[in-house]
Formats: sequence, structure tokens, C-alpha cells
Amino acid sequence: MAARRPPSKSQARREQMSAAVNFPLDWLEERSGLVGGIKYFLFRKVPGDTNWMQTLGSATLTAFIVQAVTGVILAMYYKPTPEAAYSSIQNITDHVTMGWLVRGMHKWGASVFIILMFLHMGRVFLFGAYKYPRELNWIVGVLLLAMGMLEGFTGYLLPWDQTAYWASVVGINLNGTAPFLGPWLAQFLRGGQEIGAETLTRFYSLHMLVIPGAIAGLIVLHLYLIIRLGVTSPPWSAEAAGEEWEDEAPTELRAGLTRAGSGGAAS
Amino acid sequence: MDPAEPDQPHVPAPTIGPVGFAIGVVVILVGLIVNPVWISTIGVVIAVIFAFVWARESTSELRGRRAAVEPEVRPAEAEPAAAAEATASPDSAERFPRSKFLEASTLGLGAVIGGVVTVPVAGFAVLPAFLGQKRHEVDLGPVSEITEGQWYIATFMTDPAEGETSRRTAFIRNNGSVKSGSTQVPSFTIISNRCAHLGCPVQANGPTGAILGLKDVVEVTKNGKITMTPTVPAGFGCPCHGGQYDTEGNRTAGPPVRALDRYSFDIRNGRLTLLSTFSVSQVDGTGAQAQIHAYKLAGPGQHVDGLEQILYPLQPPHH
Repeated sequence: MAARRPPSKSQARREQMSAAVNFPLDWLEERSGLVGGIKYFLFRKVPGDTNWMQTLGSATLTAFIVQAVTGVILAMYYKPTPEAAYSSIQNITDHVTMGWLVRGMHKWGASVFIILMFLHMGRVFLFGAYKYPRELNWIVGVLLLAMGMLEGFTGYLLPWDQTAYWASVVGINLNGTAPFLGPWLAQFLRGGQEIGAETLTRFYSLHMLVIPGAIAGLIVLHLYLIIRLGVTSPPWSAEAAGEEWEDEAPTELRAGLTRAGSGGAAS
Repeated sequence: MDPAEPDQPHVPAPTIGPVGFAIGVVVILVGLIVNPVWISTIGVVIAVIFAFVWARESTSELRGRRAAVEPEVRPAEAEPAAAAEATASPDSAERFPRSKFLEASTLGLGAVIGGVVTVPVAGFAVLPAFLGQKRHEVDLGPVSEITEGQWYIATFMTDPAEGETSRRTAFIRNNGSVKSGSTQVPSFTIISNRCAHLGCPVQANGPTGAILGLKDVVEVTKNGKITMTPTVPAGFGCPCHGGQYDTEGNRTAGPPVRALDRYSFDIRNGRLTLLSTFSVSQVDGTGAQAQIHAYKLAGPGQHVDGLEQILYPLQPPHH
């Protein structure tokens, strides 16, 4: 047909646009490799017949992110002192613009987070996705579940109303009945011999700094293991799970650490 | 994994250890209900034996004899120089090279810095909960205001500086005076309202206050506004999990593990003063004649007598 025509005006504009979009990405990629890293994280090989049930983990992560974001906003208005805690909660609910919504999201989202964790755990159990080589990820998941429950326990006190106060009294004393160290654990949680201002600030710190930090770290570990080990095929899958992985010959370094029966070291 | 069968995950061969251990645990739990002393002890013995067997089994590969491997033998060749080097090098090589020293000292210094930061911070987080726990004495006002034989629900603040969170409640009855040796001493029954199950507020089972046609006794002392509401209790009951007590604080029903705690008291300048709280396993008799089996204050839900008291050998400092 005709010889190469010079690029039309629209084509030239499109090229200009794509160069403009790509330039910052290229700049970033060249200096950090982040674009490639994100691609590696998101565009992974997944068994062809994965199931909607396998989105429960992502749903749990989303619920945690909602809790983190709404929690940060609530912390801007909440006052962790016995005199001001309840009135600051009332202020958030009644006067701060959209405060009722953010508090409601945090309150109900807490239950959603816990429920989703259990559903996710049930899915992993029923799909047998906790089996070799994914045992460690199950263990990390159990720790995450425990941390989530601790979030619930410490967050429940913060409204500082009668329900919150007496539920925490019962909860702390329940810990106190554990043999040997129980009484010490209870006194540590109370921050003294009685529930009071010390308990409230302590629970506040645990609830918004210590435990969320631990959860974030454990989530990173959880996701790292998923990326390393791959998504499990459903039990009815024709594809063998983890087929894409080459068997890795154990190195000298590992030889002493693994069981003698697990191959490698002896062979 | 066996290279010949890559699909077979390595699982330990089925053994008796875990099964026996599980049976032992079941026997312990059944024994806790049926007969804690004998059956549970048997369960503990079974569990310990099989736990040991299990540990032996699962570490047998690690402890087992090393596979006998024939040492590799090579006929001594010529090339004496190389042979000399080979024999000499293990001895002449640096046994503790500089790089190892630097590595160890970097890690060690890091650990020291980490410790210097962490130890005070951890102490700051943990110690204040245990050190300097104050005992609060509570002034409840003149004894003359408290009618003999009448029960009162007294509320007071143990530490007004702490505010309403330090408000506590006690049930008080003036038992009149009893003979102690040659002198007459006043007797009070002062029961803490903290439930011995999990610490909820116990309430008086009976008519209270205005319905009796009696007025509250109100005092203002160093412990804030003190209200003493007359009541005629048939006993005390906990709203949380249904624990019930008689008027001496003995458990009559429900989950509590002991009787209600009591306050020790003193009369100072004619004023009733609460000193500290102590725990009670059981009270025999009533009023001024009561035999109180007293123990050091323990948390709710903790046994102070019987076999279970060995579960709580050390109490943190509190009053």
C-alpha cells in the first residue's frame, strides 16, 4: 500500500502522552525497582480454578485497613482519661461531622474483621491449605487471630461506659485466674491493683500502637509466605498445587537444620 | 522428600506417643470433673510418660546413629609439595580470623545498644504496675451514726484524687460490742462487694433505702461523699454470672470459688476506718461470733484454700 506516512496528529499526541506517563514510572523503576516489585507481587501465577472463597484473606486485609484508617481518625478526637473518655466518644458520635459514621465503621468493622478472620481460617482448613509447605503460614495466621482478639479486648474498654468497664473487669480477672502467672498478668493489664486511669491509657496504647504494629508485621510475613509458596489449588483441582516450583536441592547450610529423612542432606 | 516420589510429603510414621499423650490429657480432664486427686494424677502420669515417648520418637532421627560412611581413601600420589600443603593448612590457617572478630563485635555492640534501650523501656512498661501500690485507709464517719444490727450499703472513694473510678462499695453491719478478754471491743461485719468469681459488683438481695422508711446516712470525709443506704438483705447476689452469697459472704450458689472478701477496720476517734482488704475461704457462725477463715488478699476467681491454692503460689503486691 502506501509508503509509511508521517504519524498523524492524534498518534503523535498519544505517544507524547504515554511518554509523559511513563517518564515518572521509569524514573522510579530505574532508582528503586519498585515497579517491578509491585508487578511481581500482583501478577503472580495462580491456579486456574481458584475459587471465590479464596478472596476471604484479601477481604480480611481490607477489613484491617478500614480499622486502621478509621482508628487513626478516631484517635484525633478521642481522649483516654477517665474524666473525658466517655464525653469525647459522645462528642465524636453527636458533634464531629461524619463522626457517627467513622465510629460506626470502626465499631461494626471490628466484628467484620473477626468474622472474616474465622471464615478465612475455615476456608484454609477445609481446602487443606495449611498442609506442607504452608504450615508456617497457618501458624502466623493463628498469631494474627490472637492479635485480632486482643484488639477486640483492649478496644472494648475505650468507650469507658458501664458495659466497657465491667466487661474489662471480668476479662482482666479471667486472665487473673490463670495458674501461677495469672495474678501478675492481671495486675500488669490493670496497671496497678485497681482498674482506673492507668488501665485506660494502657489499653489505649496497646490498642492503637502495640497490637496494630504487631498485626502489620505479621501481615507482611503472611503475604511474603503466600508469594513465596503460591496460592493453593482447591481440593477438587486437576492441577497439582505448586507445580511451577522446581525442587530446590538443599544447600550445605540447610543440611544440618532439616530432618535427616527429608532428603537432600543424605543424598 | 524422597526424590523418587516427589509428591509424597514427608510425614512421620504413625506412632504411639501422640495417641497416648492425647489419652492422658483426656483422663486429666475427665478426672478434673470426677476425681481431681486420683484420676487426674493418673492422667498426668500417662501424659508425661507418653510426652516423653513422643519426644524420643520424634527426635530419634536427630539422635540416631550416624550412617557409617567409609572414609575416602586415595592412594598416596607423588607431588609431595601439594600433600605437604594439604596437611599443613588446617593448622596454619587462622582459627579466629579478623573478619569473624569484626562480625561478632558488630553484632555484640548492636545487642548491647538494643539492650540499653529495651531494658529501661520494658521496665517502665511493667514495673509501675507492681511497685509503690498504696494502701488506702477509708474514713466512714462516726460510729454513732451506724445503727446496731442494721445492714448498710456504703459507697466511698478510696482515693478522691483518682475520682469516681476509685469508688467502692461495702456492706456494713454494726454487731455491737463483744467481750475480748476483760474489755468490750466493737464488732463490725464489713464485706467487700467485689464478687469472688470475676469481680463484678455484688448487690444486696432485699429491700433497700426509702422502701424501708429509713434515711441514708450521708457523710463527707476525706474519702469524698459517703453514702450509707440501709438495707435488709437475705444475702448477696452477682448480676454477671449469678453467684449467690449469704449474709456472712459464704457462697451459696453459682460459680464463685470462695466467700466474699472483707475489710479489716479500726475505730479512730470514734470514727469507723477501713484498713485493708483480705480474702476469706469460709465463715462459720454469724455476726460478732463469726469464725472468719482469713487469707491474704487474692484476685477474684482464685482459690485461697484446698488443693487449688497451689496454682497461685505468688501474689503480686496489692492491698
